[in-house]
Amino acid sequence: MLALQSYLTLAAIVFAIGVMGIIINRKNIIILLMCTELLLLAVNFNFIAFSYFNQDITGQIFVFFILTVAAAEAAIGLAILVVLYRNKDSIDVQELQTLRE
Amino acid sequence: MYELSLIALITPLVGGLLAGLIGSKVNKSFTHWITTLGIFISFSISCWILVEVFLNPSLFLNQNIYEWMSIAGFNFKAGILIDHLTVSMMAVVTFISLMVHIYSIGYMHDDPGYHRFFCYISLFTFAMLLLVMSNNLLQLFFGWEGVGLMSYLLIGFWYKKESAIQANFKAFIVNRVGDMGLLLGIAVIFSIIGSLDYQTIFNSSTELVKAKISITNGYSVSAITLACLLLFFGAMGKSAQMPLHVWLPDSMEGPTPISALIHAATMVTAGVYMVARMSPLFELSSVALSVVLIVGATTALCAGLLGIVMCDIKRIIAYSTISQLGYMMVAAGVSAYSASVFHLMTHAFFKSLLFLAAGSVIIALHHEQDIRKMGGLKQYMPITYLAALIGSLSLIGFPGFAGFFSKDALIEAVAHSSTVGSEFAYYCVLIGVFVTALYTFRFLFMVFHGQTRFKGGEQIKESSWVILIPLILLSIPSILIAWPTFGVLVFGDFFSDSIRQISSYELFGFEYQSPLSFLIHSFSGPVIYLSVIGIFAAWVGYIKKPELPYKISNQFTTIHRVLVNKFYFDHFYENVIAKNTAKLGSAFWKFGDIKIIDDFLVNGTAIRIQKLSTITKKMQTGYIYHYALMMVIGLSLLLAWVIIKS
Repeated sequence: MLALQSYLTLAAIVFAIGVMGIIINRKNIIILLMCTELLLLAVNFNFIAFSYFNQDITGQIFVFFILTVAAAEAAIGLAILVVLYRNKDSIDVQELQTLRE
Repeated sequence: MYELSLIALITPLVGGLLAGLIGSKVNKSFTHWITTLGIFISFSISCWILVEVFLNPSLFLNQNIYEWMSIAGFNFKAGILIDHLTVSMMAVVTFISLMVHIYSIGYMHDDPGYHRFFCYISLFTFAMLLLVMSNNLLQLFFGWEGVGLMSYLLIGFWYKKESAIQANFKAFIVNRVGDMGLLLGIAVIFSIIGSLDYQTIFNSSTELVKAKISITNGYSVSAITLACLLLFFGAMGKSAQMPLHVWLPDSMEGPTPISALIHAATMVTAGVYMVARMSPLFELSSVALSVVLIVGATTALCAGLLGIVMCDIKRIIAYSTISQLGYMMVAAGVSAYSASVFHLMTHAFFKSLLFLAAGSVIIALHHEQDIRKMGGLKQYMPITYLAALIGSLSLIGFPGFAGFFSKDALIEAVAHSSTVGSEFAYYCVLIGVFVTALYTFRFLFMVFHGQTRFKGGEQIKESSWVILIPLILLSIPSILIAWPTFGVLVFGDFFSDSIRQISSYELFGFEYQSPLSFLIHSFSGPVIYLSVIGIFAAWVGYIKKPELPYKISNQFTTIHRVLVNKFYFDHFYENVIAKNTAKLGSAFWKFGDIKIIDDFLVNGTAIRIQKLSTITKKMQTGYIYHYALMMVIGLSLLLAWVIIKS
């Protein structure tokens, strides 16, 4: 039986990968979306781990909600991405600088 | 009486406002009827009160109209004080004002600013009445500034004329210098007594005597002296005493009726009136009295000397006014306030008469003012000539005329005075008598006698009746006013309820019986002979031998140059005071305004913000991942802070 720390460490690593993916990634906006999913998954991991070790079912129910929302969010994100591609002919993050003005 | 005097005060205001606001929309006759009617009502009421006062000498009114302001326990009220001094001033002011209103109907007939003119002179009369009827120093100051403002507006009445604008500016600034003195004087009184009401001030004047005001460390003056000197400084500005007289000759740029009303008869006498009104205070300070005496005597003589060399008809009379104001101040300086006020009144009549006669000449000659281009007008304008002659005789103090009584009484008082400086003043006023006769008859001879020196003589004709009637009406008091009033006003105790003075015997040194005996008595003094010599000198110089004055002026070029340049007062003010003030101002402007406010505070702030923002805007790259990084860093820092704190 693994200890709680192992699960939390895993979650932290996944979270860090997600953050790094967002920060370091200079190429593709799809990767950004994927990294956001990773962040959510890392959080889910935490929920499940705590739920299990605290014998509290609420956390696992919460995870279902988060997964649902994440799926919806991914769908919207991809839809935005398609519209963006139609407008800009590109999904390169380096070129998305219009916030500057 | 309270209601009546209130009406007398208000009607000129109402008339002036109606003329100014709706006059130009109705027509000319409405304008002059409404304003003249207002003044006429005011004049009638003043006369009625005057008669009442003569019948019942104990009549006295001191009533507050309303409370104007109340701050920190101090109450400032607007009120009316009717005593013998006030009612005499009211009668004189409204009478002259009425005459000038009538005269202006003819004089200003073709002027495009007709309505404006009548509005201003009515408002001026209101301000002047406010000044003389006030029962406290604050209201006096309000009236004082009111007449100053109206004077400013009327000197610059022809506002397209460059010289008029400069003259009204000059008058305003010089008056402001004097007004500062008046204001400080009022402040000194207020700081010690805590009230501006005349009655309160006079009742507690001993506090002023006791109080000391320290000017520098270890040096202090008596508050009464300081207050009186500052008040007199204000009077010097308004009453054109040297060295603050420079504005009055220049103020002749205004229309002639204005010169008669404001710059000869009423406004300029406000200073004399104020000194007389404050006589209970001035009596307590011998230093202030001596200063009044010496300044007045110097002015009386020096301004008279300048009158001899002027060539502008109005400027001669203007310098004469300054000189006569000097005489009034001299009388005040030797405590003969009644003589001072009496001279003020007779002067108001004959000087406005002279000015209006001069105006009649000016308009007949189509705005020619140089007396060298006049001459021989006697046959063309007999009535104007007669009026000018009466005015002149009264001015030089010819026996029997109004000016004679007032001036002679005043000189008698100086002769019997023991105030410091009275010997100096005595010689000044005696020489002044000769000088007055000389310049007055020089003016009279050069304008009305001798050869004609202008073109188109046959077209010159006497002015219209609306101009002549005021001349005739003013001639009568210029001759006769002194006969019934002289004894009561000057030697009697008519003014004793408002002016504090010693008994007439101590003041004049002889027992007064009747005007006739005074007339005979005066033949034993030098005054009459001096004025006759003055007339004779003028006759020799300007009729008998016209080349003589040129010879004299060529002989004494230095003196002549000093006189023509008016003792270099204007040069001094212009080149020293005005120029250095301008330099100081431009230094402040260059350093304070441009360097500090503009460059450092206003533009500097903008520039600094711009620089700062060029640095900070580099953080705004627009890349999403940069923002994300910032968020993570911020979150980490926040977390770190929370963890460290706990």
